[in-house]
Amino acid sequence: MARAVSNRRRAINTALAWAVGLLIFFPILWTILTSFKTEGQAIADPPVFLFFDWTLENYAIVQERSNYMRFLMNSIIIAGGSTLLGIIVGVPAAWSMAFVPSRRTKDILMWMLSTKMLPAVGVLYPIYLLFIQLGLLDSRLGLVIVLMLINLPIIIWMLYTYFKEIPGEILEAARMDGASLGKEILYILTPMAIPGIASTILLNIILAWNEAFWTLNLTAAKAGPLTAFIASYSSPEGLFYAKLSAASTMAIAPILILGWFSQKQLVRGLTFGAVK
Amino acid sequence: MGRIVLDKVTKRFGDVEVIPPLDLTIEEGEFTVFVGPSGCGKSTLLRLIAGLEDVTDGLIQIDGTDATSLAPAKRRLAMVFQSYALYPHMSVRKNIAFPLKMAGLGRAEIKRRVDNAASVLNLTDYLDRRPGQLSGGQRQRVAIGRAIVREPAAFLFDEPLSNLDAALRVGMRLEISELHERLRTTMIYVTHDQVEAMTMADKIVVLQAGVIEQVGSPLELYKAPKNKFVAGFIGSPKMNFVEGPEAAKYGAHTIGIRPEHIEVSADSGAWSGVVSVSEHLGSDTFFHVHDTGLADSITVRADGDVGFRHGDKVFLQPREELIHRFDAQGQRIE
Repeated sequence: MARAVSNRRRAINTALAWAVGLLIFFPILWTILTSFKTEGQAIADPPVFLFFDWTLENYAIVQERSNYMRFLMNSIIIAGGSTLLGIIVGVPAAWSMAFVPSRRTKDILMWMLSTKMLPAVGVLYPIYLLFIQLGLLDSRLGLVIVLMLINLPIIIWMLYTYFKEIPGEILEAARMDGASLGKEILYILTPMAIPGIASTILLNIILAWNEAFWTLNLTAAKAGPLTAFIASYSSPEGLFYAKLSAASTMAIAPILILGWFSQKQLVRGLTFGAVK
Repeated sequence: MGRIVLDKVTKRFGDVEVIPPLDLTIEEGEFTVFVGPSGCGKSTLLRLIAGLEDVTDGLIQIDGTDATSLAPAKRRLAMVFQSYALYPHMSVRKNIAFPLKMAGLGRAEIKRRVDNAASVLNLTDYLDRRPGQLSGGQRQRVAIGRAIVREPAAFLFDEPLSNLDAALRVGMRLEISELHERLRTTMIYVTHDQVEAMTMADKIVVLQAGVIEQVGSPLELYKAPKNKFVAGFIGSPKMNFVEGPEAAKYGAHTIGIRPEHIEVSADSGAWSGVVSVSEHLGSDTFFHVHDTGLADSITVRADGDVGFRHGDKVFLQPREELIHRFDAQGQRIE
């Protein structure tokens, strides 16, 4: 009897999970479907779901009109570069907070997190002026720096949590064994924290990839990443849903694929320490 | 090689003084055991010597040179941790080789030394395994292997056997003692287990609240404890303490008598009482005797075939020449 109940429960839970999953995924699915429609079908009322004339025309037009590869390269460099730089700064920072905490460490961590509560637009003006002064407007380097800085609190927080899980005695053993601080971090801490570092990197790449506020405001033609690519289809000559959808699909495809292959790592990383 | 001198070494954590100024000399080649109840500062003292904690005040000399502010890596000391602290992502071979790699030795020399250490410690068949695939005793041996390959000035052991089960602990105790016999390198060993201290040490340092209560060979501590604390800490079962008129007879505030120095019989003796619990170990029997009018309970150690039971009336005769006398401050009266 109990068995039957638990089976039914499980069925309900499964159905619910699928429903929620589909609900969340639906906008993305709709975008992808729309990208294969003609402009007419894209705004048809009532909307057509699967039975329309599938076409690749939108992709051809988007490809012809703008240089997808350049935007893609910019995205890769900006997301990858800001993440790499963030890890280089974040690992030593998290190391010191996790293993040689001072009385203020907790406060510093909270303060870093609090910077994420500031609306980005609040500092747009000063940063824009700084960028003009430094000649960083519409440069990849400028975006790498800004995205690194805005994601740094998250990087340090995540690494800090992972490092906290590593027994201090192992690092002390390395010190006794003659390892300098750099070697201790390189040979012992980093390899032991690889799962945590990997999920930090993944999450940060995704955040940087999707970041739109700064990338749109600080770039023009040269350094624009895929977010700028999408945006360029949203306004000028009115809305062309099918082409906008095609551009969006092309922009999110790389990160979707990356996320798909690394979801195990991501889930493990995000729940690290929560379940043991 | 391996003479360590502590000169007025002091450690404070904030306002809390865990180790008041302390002097101690550990001679070259000596097996020294720091023993004391938990929280007595013995591990902190070891970590100060290792350099894992900074001393607040005082000097630490290793082989005549001032090591007080040297980094742990520069002190030529090797340490074995309670948790073994093996590198989980490295094979046994790489674990043992790590200190040699850090010292910048050549590949051939590293291999030679690791193979040598592995054969000494019976680890040859396990060199390619990860620590996670080893038993507790094997992990312990890897940790020791990692320490011996460096040929350090001294070994530091921080309660290395407390994570092992009882049978394995006895075996490892012997192995460490044998290792010391063979290497003759200075060893400092921290434990809360007085049996380990008694069986392994050349010199025992008894600590309480960061203060050295007594330094001496195991038998010195057993035969002539300087105070009540040492008397009660060294020896198992614990020494019996008697206060009041019975102690006054001996001209002392408190007298102490070890369980093995009391004769028990059914008919005659200076003291008498009723057996509360008898513990038969086969080789020995421990009687916990109540209603003696001397102390809550007097522990007596007798031969294994002495068969008193709960409720039996017994007589106790202490061996007068082995009674320890203490004054009101707990200090030994000679």
